[in-house]
Amino acid sequence: MDLENNTMEAIEKIGNTPDKLIEVLIQCQSLNQQNYITEEQLNLISKGLNIPLSKAYGVASFYSMLSTSKKGKYVIQVCNSGPCYVNNSKTIAKAFQDALGISLGEVTADGLFSLEYTSCFGGCQIAPAVKINDMVYGNLTEEKVWQLVDSLRKEAV
Amino acid sequence: MKSFVSKLCGKIMPLSLKEYREHGGFLGLEKALFYMSPQEVIDEIKESRLRGRGGASFPTGVKWQLVAAEGDEEKYVVCNADEGEPGTFKDKALLEGCPFQVIEGLMISAYAVGAYKGYIYIRGEYPNSIDLFKKAINILKKEGYLGENILGQNFSFDIEVRSGAGAYVCGEETALIESIEGNSGSSRFKPPYPPNCGLWGKPTLVNNVETLANIPLIISQGAEEFLKLGTKGSKGTKLISVSGNVVNKGVFEVEFGISLREIIYDICGGLEGNKKLKFIQVGGSSGACLPELLLDLELDFDEFKKHNIGIGSGAILVVDDSCCILDFMRVTTEFFKHESCGKCTTCREGNRHIIKAIDRMIYGSGTERDMQIIKDIATIMRDSSLCGLGQAAPIPVLSLLKHFKDEFQEHINGYCSTGVCNFKGEGKSHG
Repeated sequence: MDLENNTMEAIEKIGNTPDKLIEVLIQCQSLNQQNYITEEQLNLISKGLNIPLSKAYGVASFYSMLSTSKKGKYVIQVCNSGPCYVNNSKTIAKAFQDALGISLGEVTADGLFSLEYTSCFGGCQIAPAVKINDMVYGNLTEEKVWQLVDSLRKEAV
Repeated sequence: MKSFVSKLCGKIMPLSLKEYREHGGFLGLEKALFYMSPQEVIDEIKESRLRGRGGASFPTGVKWQLVAAEGDEEKYVVCNADEGEPGTFKDKALLEGCPFQVIEGLMISAYAVGAYKGYIYIRGEYPNSIDLFKKAINILKKEGYLGENILGQNFSFDIEVRSGAGAYVCGEETALIESIEGNSGSSRFKPPYPPNCGLWGKPTLVNNVETLANIPLIISQGAEEFLKLGTKGSKGTKLISVSGNVVNKGVFEVEFGISLREIIYDICGGLEGNKKLKFIQVGGSSGACLPELLLDLELDFDEFKKHNIGIGSGAILVVDDSCCILDFMRVTTEFFKHESCGKCTTCREGNRHIIKAIDRMIYGSGTERDMQIIKDIATIMRDSSLCGLGQAAPIPVLSLLKHFKDEFQEHINGYCSTGVCNFKGEGKSHG
């Protein structure tokens, strides 16, 4: 029950007052290789912070960086806000779909990648940009997308 | 270009307190604590005529006075570092270039309004900034700049860093407060405004990163120095972030009074591939889209107001003539649809219905009535939405309708001159 212990540990470290909910959720999500918060974790958080389960779930589903469904080990987020759009982000999204063989909103069968659109994360200077977990990659071309996916695949092995 | 508020960015190591002090760091705080009463600090800021740099451009000194006037023992100051406006990345330059300057500004604001606790709410998309601030705060605690009786004076103050988790609406101050409290980021009904009733129902001062970064400089150099910069109605400098189809994208500090044309063609080197400019969007996705004929407009709050537009966060998106107005409007509205918190009906439903009307036009079943529908919905949203998100979402829509009416007409007639849209059936392409 590593996940349970780690979740309890995270709550203890961050604090068990209701205002720490978001910080706790962010931390708990990072404990999980598939980058999401499990139902079991939500239950633990609700007890630990003494808040209703519906509240924990409500907040977890409100914020777009938090997820209650399985994602990839690498969460690929393609910016689709104005500045990246005028720098051809749609082509980049298409290239990722081709390179990964999945559509936006899906996870690859091996659980390695998930692909989605995201709102602006401030990478406009190097648009079109994508965010993969905590890393930002910019000035992308279709060719670079394929290279990037390739190098991440190798990194994972 | 000017170098004032951002002058230490890139020049010093962000986490070197020694270097920050060598370049005049904490002189503002020392001056405030040793020689000025809280009211004198507020008066100095009022005299500088500094206006908020987050987007609403509210006079900073007036806001401080409102919080200071509250009798409550418990007050809070909050630094709004939830820079979510698309095309805006200027706060990041300050957050990662000189965190101590932002913290010093927050400390001075706390001293002025009588707060003992501060929060820095940084968007979750900036993990580096969050990390830097946590480290910076630890350094300051060790060095006696944070904690009890700071610098031996009767002033105690502590700061906590809070992370956002991906919600544009949390840049709105009441939604931000909800988020710090651990809730979903839905805007509150106003009034009461945060200066009366904010975080945990207590008087709360919320200021943008760039606003706070100006404070130490104004206090240490005096309001008079600050007043020398800028125009009659807009004092100081502004950080702008330029993106889109332009040669040099990036964050630049400019003095108020510079024209948009100078920014785009002199500072940013014009458009990529010497293409023709179609429009620029000023202030992020919630800003107005201006055609070329308005490029000689000077960066000035009052000048902008004459045209009924705002400077907003200082983002400038440059768009060339390969862009389809309707497709761009769809992308922008899709963003607001996704980011709407869903609390008020006009914002939640309005964006969806604008997209439906755009889609009818893009896919070939649009009529003149759709233009009117978009205009009506946008106007209702602007006038009746609960917070800035819903009120500002229709601004780009209305400005595009005003300046690019022909292109809407073109789509109703079944073709798209930029060749971006796909029409059902036979599309007459005039590409």
